[in-house]
Order: sequence, then C-alpha cells, then structure tokens
Amino acid sequence: MSEPLIQFSKVNKKYGHIQALKDVSVSFNKGEFISIFGPNGAGKSTFLKLLCTMTGPSSGDILFEGTPLKKLKDDYRSKFGVISHQPFLYSELTALENLRFYGGLYGVEKIDERIKEILTKVELYKRRNDKVRGYSRGMLQRLSIARALIHDPEIVVLDEPYTGLDTHASGILTNILLELFDDKKTIIMVTHNIKQGYDASSRLAIIKGGKFVFNDEKSNISLDDFEKIYTEAVSK
Amino acid sequence: MNYLRTISAVVKKDLLHELKSREIVVSMLLFSVLTVVVFSFIFEPGSEFKNRVVGGILWMSVIFAGLLGLNKSMMSEVDGGNFSALMLAPVDRSAIFFGKAISNFLFMTIVEAITIPLFMVLYNVNIFNTGFLPLVVFFLGTYGFAILGTLFSIISVNTRTREVMLPLLLLPVMVPVILASVQALNIYVLGNDVVESYKWLKLLAVFDIIFTVVVFAVFDFIVED
Amino acid sequence: MKIQKILDIFAVLMVCVALYFAFIFAPSEKVMGAIQRIFYFHVSSAWIAFFAFFVTFVFSILFLIKQNYLFDDIAESSAEIGILFCTIVLITGPIWAKPAWGVWWTWDPRLTTTTILWFIYAGYLMLRKFIDEPDKRARFASAVGIIGFIDVPIVFFSIRWWRTIHPNVVQEGGGGLHPDMTKALLISVFAFTVLYAALLLKRTHIASLTRKIDSLEG
Repeated sequence: MSEPLIQFSKVNKKYGHIQALKDVSVSFNKGEFISIFGPNGAGKSTFLKLLCTMTGPSSGDILFEGTPLKKLKDDYRSKFGVISHQPFLYSELTALENLRFYGGLYGVEKIDERIKEILTKVELYKRRNDKVRGYSRGMLQRLSIARALIHDPEIVVLDEPYTGLDTHASGILTNILLELFDDKKTIIMVTHNIKQGYDASSRLAIIKGGKFVFNDEKSNISLDDFEKIYTEAVSK
Repeated sequence: MNYLRTISAVVKKDLLHELKSREIVVSMLLFSVLTVVVFSFIFEPGSEFKNRVVGGILWMSVIFAGLLGLNKSMMSEVDGGNFSALMLAPVDRSAIFFGKAISNFLFMTIVEAITIPLFMVLYNVNIFNTGFLPLVVFFLGTYGFAILGTLFSIISVNTRTREVMLPLLLLPVMVPVILASVQALNIYVLGNDVVESYKWLKLLAVFDIIFTVVVFAVFDFIVED
Repeated sequence: MKIQKILDIFAVLMVCVALYFAFIFAPSEKVMGAIQRIFYFHVSSAWIAFFAFFVTFVFSILFLIKQNYLFDDIAESSAEIGILFCTIVLITGPIWAKPAWGVWWTWDPRLTTTTILWFIYAGYLMLRKFIDEPDKRARFASAVGIIGFIDVPIVFFSIRWWRTIHPNVVQEGGGGLHPDMTKALLISVFAFTVLYAALLLKRTHIASLTRKIDSLEG
C-alpha cells in the first residue's frame, strides 16, 4: 500500500481546558468512503475542521500524501468539496451566478461547461437563471451539492448531509456519492444515520470523547454488529 | 496576481448582489439623507452659525449610514454560511477581507455621491469653495472607516447582539477619523486657508496605512485559530 | 498560591504607605490646597489604566501567536482591571478639576483620550460577554485588544491637534513639583503597580478557574 491520502499523527486539539481531540492517530486511503459516527460533542466537527484547515491542531501533525498541512499553501483547500447543512449560497444571486463566483475562487477552467455539467447532474439546469431565494429547500440542497463539487474535488467532505433532505434530493445525493466513489474519489461523511452510513461507505469509524474508538473496513463487520458496537460506545 | 483576482471576484459578486437586492445602498442612502434633514432642525434656517457645524453633520450622517450598511453587508455573508465557504476556498483569506472592505467602501462612496450634493442644496453651503480637497477627505475617511468597519462587522455579526456591538466597538476607535474629517471639512466650508487642513489629511492617511497593515497582519489569525 | 498571598499583603502595606505619603508627608499645594492631594491617586490610576491596557495588547498578540488560553485570560483580566482604574481616573479628574479650573469637565487631550480609552475597552469587555464559543471569543477579543491599543496614540494626537485650534484651552498647572510631592507620587505609583499585580494574579486565577468549570459543564 502506498502513502495514505490523509494521515493524522498524534493530533490534539484543545480549546482551553476543553480537549476536542485526544491524541488522534488515524489514516485514510485514496478512494475510501468513510462514514464517521459519534454523539454530539464527540469531536466530529473538530475533526472535519482540522481536515479542511479551518483550524490548526494544538499538537501533532496532519499529513496529506505524506506532506504536513503546515507546509501546504492555500491551494490545499482546493482538494476539498464541503457539503454541510448550511447551503453556502447567496440567496439574491441566481444558481449560475453563485456557481460562477465560487468556481472563480477555485480557479475552475471552462467554467460554463462545468456549470452546465454539474447543474444537469443535480437536475437544476433549467432553473439556472432563477434567484436562489425562490428555491425550495430540496432544490437549495441540490444546488449546494453542485456548489461543493464545482471544482471536481479529490476529497468530498460531508457534514450531516442527509439532515432535512427530501427524498428526491437525498436520492440524487446518494447517486452522486456512488458515482464519486466509482471515480476513486475519497469521501468522508459525518452522519447520525447508521443504516444509511453503513450502506454507503467502505469504512466505518466512531468518534467518542475526542478519540477514534472504532475504525475498520466495512467488509469486516456486519450492520448488526456495528450497531451494537455503536450503542455500546455511545452509552458508555 | 491571484490575490488581485480574488479581491475583484469578491467585489464583483458584492456589486452584483447589491444590484439585484439594492438592500444596502438604498437603506444607507435613505438613512443618511434623513439624518441630514433631521439635523437641520438644530439651528435657525439661514443662521451664520450653521457653517461651523455643517461639516460635522455631513460626516456623521455618512458614518451612521455606514454603520447600518456594514452590518447588512456582512449579514449577507453570514446567512447561509457563505463566510465559512469563503474561508474554505483555496485563496488567501486576507484577499477575501480586502474584497469585502472595497465593496463596503464602494457602497459608501455611492451614498456619499448622492448625499453630498443634496446636503449642499438643503443647507445652502458649498463644501467645494476652496477646491476639491473635500473629495480627498471623503476618500481617506471612508477608506479608514471601511477597513476597520469591515473587520469589526465580521466580529459583531458573530456575537449574540449582532447590530448593537458594531457601533460600540467601531465608534471609539474611529475618533481620529471622525475628528480629522470633520475638522478638515469645517476648514473648507468656512473658506479658511486649505493649508490648515493638510495635517488632518496626513492624519487620515497615517490612520489608513497603519490599520491596513494591522488588519493584514491579524486577519488570518482571527479567522483560523 | 503563595506568591498571591505575599503580593496581597505587600499591596495592602504599600497602599497604606502611599496613603501616609499622600495625606501627611506631602506638603499642601499653595493655591489648590488639600484637594490637590487627589492628584497622587489620579495620576497613579491613569498610569495603571494605560499599563493594564498595554498588558492586554501584549497578551492579545501572544494569544494569536501561541493559542494559549492562559494568555487570553490574562488579556481579559488586565482589561477589566484597566477599566476599573480608568473609571477612577474619570471620577477623580472632575473632582480635581472643579476647584482647580472651576469646571467639572474640560475637553483636555489627556482626559478626552482617557474617556475614549474607557469606551474602547468597555466595548472589548462587552464583546467578550456576547460571544459564547471560547475560541471565537478569544480570537475576536484579541483583534479588538490589539487594534484598540494601537489606536490610542492616534486618538491622543488627533484630540491634541483639535484642542490647540481653539484658543481657550485650559492649561495644566505648573510643571515644578515640590520634591516631597514627587516622592509621594512615586510611592503612590509604585503602590498602585503592586496592587495591579496582585489584582491581575487573582483575576487571572479566577478566569482560568471559570474556564475550567465551563469545560466541565460542556
């Protein structure tokens, strides 16, 4: 096996006395679909923040393809597409304008072709000239997926992506994720929904109290066993 | 070059956003003109005394309108989480900041461009008596206001009180800009020797330079911990 | 803990000594009389206020660089003590000004700058109250702590230029102090500095305990 794509090496993150992550050493390979579970306040969002350089570790190193993040420049962030429960969109602008702006920041080439491609995928191309303000919730979420993927990121980070998603949008998201997985993209998803996370991913992880208490490939464990482990880990 | 492209992308986006919503400039403009009108009740119409205070009235109406606009402008970034998305983009984060500051500067400039002529008609004074130095005052003063105002608006929209925090933080720090701008404007309105105003212009320039550098130095630390 | 106790006792002693020097040892001022004695505390408080805000400035920078939350606690504590002494300056100022200059308030550059300073740090402390997340609070407060302090000299110069335009500026009393007055002043400044150190140590201790409790609840 070659160098892992992302490697956390003894990473600690403290906010004063609050230790959000404790000595986390974990690595993920390219092409994996990792679902991360854990109770509220376990350190999931801190983990994602560290991954996207929204914050730096208090101690320890995070390596991307063997290079510490500290040495990588702002360009590193272009490896990521983040889908969150927040839409990350300007409500007064149209879908096209939003994607043009964000695509511009990511330095996307042939932007109009790319926008057409991605909007078609989320089934919003016909509505491209409508203000986002008038979008339904489901449409907004689909557009937010398109926004996150506009620059064809290597790693897709999803923070509770299914929360509040209607069936249509969640179907589209699942299809897109499967497609990305087939394309050998790395997907890191934080979710509460165990069944959905288990079905989709290739690797499962549980964070509890700032630590990875479970991290294994899905093929090694059945859904029932995993649910048991999760319940046990959370109730402790 | 990439730095400048990021700045211009943010500015273009803000102008487009404003062109479509017209929320910021219109509310600022209404407020500043309203302030100008309301302040006219302070003195007898046509009294000579007014020339000593009109500079202050004009500048304060712009400042108060600016406070209103800064909050609104930053709210459009916070609603929907766009600010986080901007911080996630693979660009220098301070470029995003200066883009926002320039947008705010432009919004205020538009408001000034309409408020100043209206003000001169309503108060029957000509602030350009002695040349076009007032434009320099407005340029430097507005820039200083925009640069610190943008930073403080990022801070204030992250607090529980939102609107209240911005003026409380910004006005005391803005004292040099307010003083210098008002004093310089008074010199022009009263038709005094413009040389007297040079030191105020210098003070404004020094303020602008110092805080551009300071903000540039601390911004990255503030948004990522 | 031990240093705190020693410092407390020392501060109490020094304040007593300073009181003696200010009220008994120092001679009465010829023109102003007894009221002038407030000057020792007024000047000392002003010194402590500026010094405290300077400490906030330094520890705000240190926090942003080192991300050590103890520095944030120190910055907060110092600002709080600073605003206390700043308030004392703003109260003793008018008490002294009324008999000396015949007015409660004058827009003298120093007094005005102190007022602006008070507002800047009142905003700083209020900001801290209105942000719930400790990391955001620390980062944003640091920014205000740094910008606020850098602003102070600019505020001072702008106000001084402004006041010298108007001819009716009230002149400060003569420069020559009686040697015993100088002694009393120096001792008072020293006593206040010790008091500041004792207060800062205590307040920082409380701040870091509060942080600990918050983290246990969270």
